[in-house]
Amino acid sequence: MSSEIAVPLTGVLVASACALLGNFLILRRMAMMADAISHAILPGLVAGYVLAHGPNLLAGFLGAVLAAAITVTAVQALERTRRVDGGAAIGIVFPAMFALGTVLVTSQFADVHLDADAILFGNIEFVAFDTLTIGERDLGPRSIWVMSALCLINVLFVGLFTKELKLTTFDAGLAAALGFSPVLVHYALMLVLSVTAVGAFSAVGAVLVVALVIVPAATAYLLTERLALMIPLSVAFGAAAALIGYRAAIAWDTSIAGAMVSATGALFGLALLGAPRQGLIARAWRTRRQRATIASQMLAVHLFNHESGPERDEESRVAHLREGLRWSPQRTGLAIAGATRRGWVDRDNGRLVLTARGRQAAEQVVAR
Amino acid sequence: MVITERSHAAAPRDLAAPAIAIRDLTVAYRETPVLWDIDLDIPAGTLTAIIGPNGAGKSTLIKAALGLVPAAAGSVEIFVRPYDEQRLRVGYVPQRGSVDWDFPTNALDVVLMGTYGRLGWIRRPGRAEREVAMRCLDQVGMADFARRQISQLSGGQQQRVFLARALAQDADLYIMDEPFAGVDATTERAIVDLLRVLQARGKTVVCVHHDLESAPDYFDWLVLLNVRVMAAGPFAETFTPENLARTYGGRISLLSRLAEELEGRA
Repeated sequence: MSSEIAVPLTGVLVASACALLGNFLILRRMAMMADAISHAILPGLVAGYVLAHGPNLLAGFLGAVLAAAITVTAVQALERTRRVDGGAAIGIVFPAMFALGTVLVTSQFADVHLDADAILFGNIEFVAFDTLTIGERDLGPRSIWVMSALCLINVLFVGLFTKELKLTTFDAGLAAALGFSPVLVHYALMLVLSVTAVGAFSAVGAVLVVALVIVPAATAYLLTERLALMIPLSVAFGAAAALIGYRAAIAWDTSIAGAMVSATGALFGLALLGAPRQGLIARAWRTRRQRATIASQMLAVHLFNHESGPERDEESRVAHLREGLRWSPQRTGLAIAGATRRGWVDRDNGRLVLTARGRQAAEQVVAR
Repeated sequence: MVITERSHAAAPRDLAAPAIAIRDLTVAYRETPVLWDIDLDIPAGTLTAIIGPNGAGKSTLIKAALGLVPAAAGSVEIFVRPYDEQRLRVGYVPQRGSVDWDFPTNALDVVLMGTYGRLGWIRRPGRAEREVAMRCLDQVGMADFARRQISQLSGGQQQRVFLARALAQDADLYIMDEPFAGVDATTERAIVDLLRVLQARGKTVVCVHHDLESAPDYFDWLVLLNVRVMAAGPFAETFTPENLARTYGGRISLLSRLAEELEGRA
């Protein structure tokens, strides 16, 4: 298989496998566990390779999963002491594990081919050359097989246990009362995440795994309020980012892993701006409209309150509105324009006069 | 609105036994006991209020009954068996604030969670479960909100969704943690009506409750709790100024007001 197919395909598989799990990490507010695990697996991976006298896939996996289990347990144990909070517990454990890994890698005893670049940024560029062979037969790039298997595992995990993942995430108390152990589900999720992280690690490196796990799911979360839609959307964003990143990296002759992760960020940025309900543009638009409405209402109430007193003429001068209400000229203009458009006020020699509708509106606002 | 009868009705001999029997229960958080040596029977068929000051261990008591917090000593039995064997007969309404209402789902989906216990692992809810969930939503007056995003519901509506979810559990005993906390008048009425309907069907309901004034109107059995059980029994006999004084300690102003009120009732 040529690199032109093997590299983007690996990227799509890695991103999809990661994004699937990311949904639940986001909803459980434990996104940083992905970062912790992707770093903490390094010593396990290296220890596995050392014990197997070479880059043995299975030994690496087992070591990595063990290291991840130690990390998850240690983070929870630290949290339980209540002397450090969740974020700090993660921050204490994973750098220690990662550091241990780098010490192992660079020690003279570890005769393994892992260099710092590959650890940090992966080596997806070369996946086509590392092929899986059984006997004489060449079965194609090993990464395709490994990541396809991981994708399948994650699809099965999320597919079979959607209900359990959803319940333990939304209401751990009820889940426990009904007999669905939240602890068991938590550790199962962490196990699947660590296995996925090992696969993603070799493709994009320790630093960038967290982005593939978290960002596509966070993007999907901006766009939908239904979990059933959020999950496929996150996979679509992950896969799209992998393809866009690959094309961009080829076009600009730059790091493929870096470009893929940048693409997840770009898609997130677009969603953050343009999402129909939660997007910044939609929100700014809503806020602006609300502010204009309230300004017109305040104006109407102000005029209404001073309508019958002797101060009426003074209070309803346009100039007074600026001084008395301490409004800027723009805001005053906006309020008057809005109120006029709604048919609440009329102008009469530099004074503002409430119409019948304006009076009604003011009464309604005050009545609430 | 009628809910279909359970296919596997409770064995009659159960009904004579207490719904919840607690013996010598002590619960500790981080080696500090928050409940001391609780002995308590809650009779089946009652509407029971658990009342006590803040920090009395009311929520902890029901969590211990549901096996959610471990007992440092003692035991809890639900219809004369350990909770593990009776999960399907217990409906649970946690405090509304205990979950994240920004979770991406709608009201119907939350109510469906009540059916998960009977489904067990892996099996998904199907059409039958969705029909049950719709009926339960209808029972609490929320049928029109089935497809509504849960974050867009008012506090009272969210509470009714939680009640509907417990109904979907189709239980014999309902345990509720402050169902009346911070709800609107409509919801309060809906909950009271629901409690009456449940009692009429022979169910037992146990609520953690914080409002001393409304309690006499809603409940017929009372547990006064302050780390220990201060008093328990039929509501009218137990809701006395002396018992309340022992439970609430030195909060005189509240107590004297209540004492006057009680005398007014008498």
